[in-house]
Amino acid sequence: MELTTEAALWWAVIFSGVYHGINPGMGWPLAVSAGLMNGKRSSLLVALGLLALGHLIAMLAILLPFSLMSALFIWEKELRIGAGVIVVLMGIYLLINRRHPKFLARVHPAKLGLWSFLAAMAHGAGLMLVPIYLGICGIDANDTGHQAVQSLMAGRLSNAVIVALAHTAAMTVAGGVLATIIYFWLGLKFLSKTWFNLDIVWALSLVIVGGLGIYGAYTH
Amino acid sequence: MSLRPDPTFHATAKLAMQAPVENYGFTVMLSPDGSQPDGIAVVDLDSSSKTFGQIVHQLIVDSKGDEFHHFGWNACSSSLSPLSGHAFLERRYLIVPGIRSSRIFVIDVKDPLDLKVHKILEPEEIFEKTGYSRPHTIHCGPEGIYVSTLGGGGKDGTDGPPGIFIMDCETFEIIGQYEMDRGKQDKHYDFWWNLPQDYMVSSEWGLPPQFENGVVAEDLLSNKYGHSIHFWDLRKRKNIQTIDLGENHQMALEIRPAHDPKKSYGFCGVVVDTTNLQGAIFTWWRDDDGVWQAKKTITIDPQPASADDLPDLLKGFEAVPPLVTDIDLSLDDKYLYVACWGIGEMHQYDVTDPMNPVLAGKVELGGIVSDTKHPNGKDFAFGPQMVEISRDGSRVYWTNSLYSTWDDQFYPNDEGGQMVMARVGENGGFELDKDFYVDFPKGYRSHQIRLEGGDCSTDSFCYPSV
Repeated sequence: MELTTEAALWWAVIFSGVYHGINPGMGWPLAVSAGLMNGKRSSLLVALGLLALGHLIAMLAILLPFSLMSALFIWEKELRIGAGVIVVLMGIYLLINRRHPKFLARVHPAKLGLWSFLAAMAHGAGLMLVPIYLGICGIDANDTGHQAVQSLMAGRLSNAVIVALAHTAAMTVAGGVLATIIYFWLGLKFLSKTWFNLDIVWALSLVIVGGLGIYGAYTH
Repeated sequence: MSLRPDPTFHATAKLAMQAPVENYGFTVMLSPDGSQPDGIAVVDLDSSSKTFGQIVHQLIVDSKGDEFHHFGWNACSSSLSPLSGHAFLERRYLIVPGIRSSRIFVIDVKDPLDLKVHKILEPEEIFEKTGYSRPHTIHCGPEGIYVSTLGGGGKDGTDGPPGIFIMDCETFEIIGQYEMDRGKQDKHYDFWWNLPQDYMVSSEWGLPPQFENGVVAEDLLSNKYGHSIHFWDLRKRKNIQTIDLGENHQMALEIRPAHDPKKSYGFCGVVVDTTNLQGAIFTWWRDDDGVWQAKKTITIDPQPASADDLPDLLKGFEAVPPLVTDIDLSLDDKYLYVACWGIGEMHQYDVTDPMNPVLAGKVELGGIVSDTKHPNGKDFAFGPQMVEISRDGSRVYWTNSLYSTWDDQFYPNDEGGQMVMARVGENGGFELDKDFYVDFPKGYRSHQIRLEGGDCSTDSFCYPSV
């Protein structure tokens, strides 16, 4: 049972990465643009790398504080419920406020790392991982319940880094595959064909993931 | 909000050229003396339609004296960059400023045969929120809708410099002034940009007292109209370089960057060189050191004329100046069309090599002295003026009025609004279509044309054509 749940949670990390990655709004068309503007394949790869770096930092910026809290606090359940509530609220906020943040348009088009970081933060991409991450930590907690705080913290931190890396890797591979197919074979005509308005789906995903996090905390 | 990007948004200029052709054109109807309210005429451009070349619908506003002039879309192909965050806007509203009243109309054209006024921004709100007046060019870009203005504050628009302000692309609320550091820029006219390369170029006509009541001959002869172009860091909102084209190059108007964002050059039309009455086109480009340069690459000579055939303003010169009042670049960056409003000619230059344009075609129509008739035998008032090219580059449309008070000075005995179309040959050259001649309702003149689904002076592309 535990193993299946853990596997499901890790799959959720990967799936959320793919989900972020295929969404043109999260940046892969910028990698195509960079490759074409400079006439070099390497520019496409560099752009993907910058987008990945910005996204990774945004994930860590959200996960690390939760990781510290989960290691230090004894209120494991309360933390998971609190995190779930925050994620649900972010989803509801995005459902109500359908405007896109204006400051993103002020970022220089070449500063893809910065843009990717800000876009991920503004859309709560990191928050989506929090309930999943805390779920993984909760399973580990059963095995390591009597660990010293220090080693527990190290374990939690490395978990956070692995979750962020796995998620970002999945995102980059998914976006990278699309960017490569468009760049080398299909052409930009297919850019608009791959673009779906996921604003509502995205906001609902946050609500669902947050809700599952709260549910998981209660049933754990 | 729609579920898919608007089908009229295209990643590249090349894809826009391959898209379905335009079925409707939207053209300004202006009442030159303000005796009637202005409006937008919808012209049927579908050659298979029974009403081809006719005005099939009109939207006339309620107010008078607005003087409709230039206008643009709420959204264009620039939305297809993830950087904009607005991939799902619809190309649905025309933003139509009154250049005289400073009132702005947002017109819903979702049904081209049933236009509706969606929102009106009153002049007071524009004055208060921007400090600018006389709104002119509209472009949709990264931070919303950008509007250039010709006037600053105060009654005659000379209290502070004119500039650009930004409107929200969804609510049409005015956000405020664009500029953070305008440098030497103290006059304004047109602007456009290259979005991936993050630069903007702007130009200069003159201040409101220099144009509202007609051209001021003393100012023109003492070179007091605009003659500089400004280069901006688009997102930093900072003027990074000003190039003075030379004070004799009076009125630097339309800015036409290459549509392919990989290219770092474009063109600017100059109305008149006061030393020899020539019209001119400058090519501007960024050199290998990142410094902007500009060079005169086209000159068009004045034509000798008898004083008797000339309006008072020109009698002393015994020549008619070409008066380059509008230019437009085809989406493949191949042909630059140049309206010579004074001599009554539309020129087509092959600008494949932007530093060495070659005259590829010429159409004569109207003109101060020549007054050439349309091939259908009808009169063409004034001269070729606002020009717009179809996305596929095969059809070129133009109208005839420059600006109410200036029409009356240069063509004191002419009146009327016409829109015509020329067809472009396979290997360049172009000829008027005998069957396309739109005569505007009595009392109205025409100005800018916008084509359904975007045209060659509306859309900014974020990806190179390959």
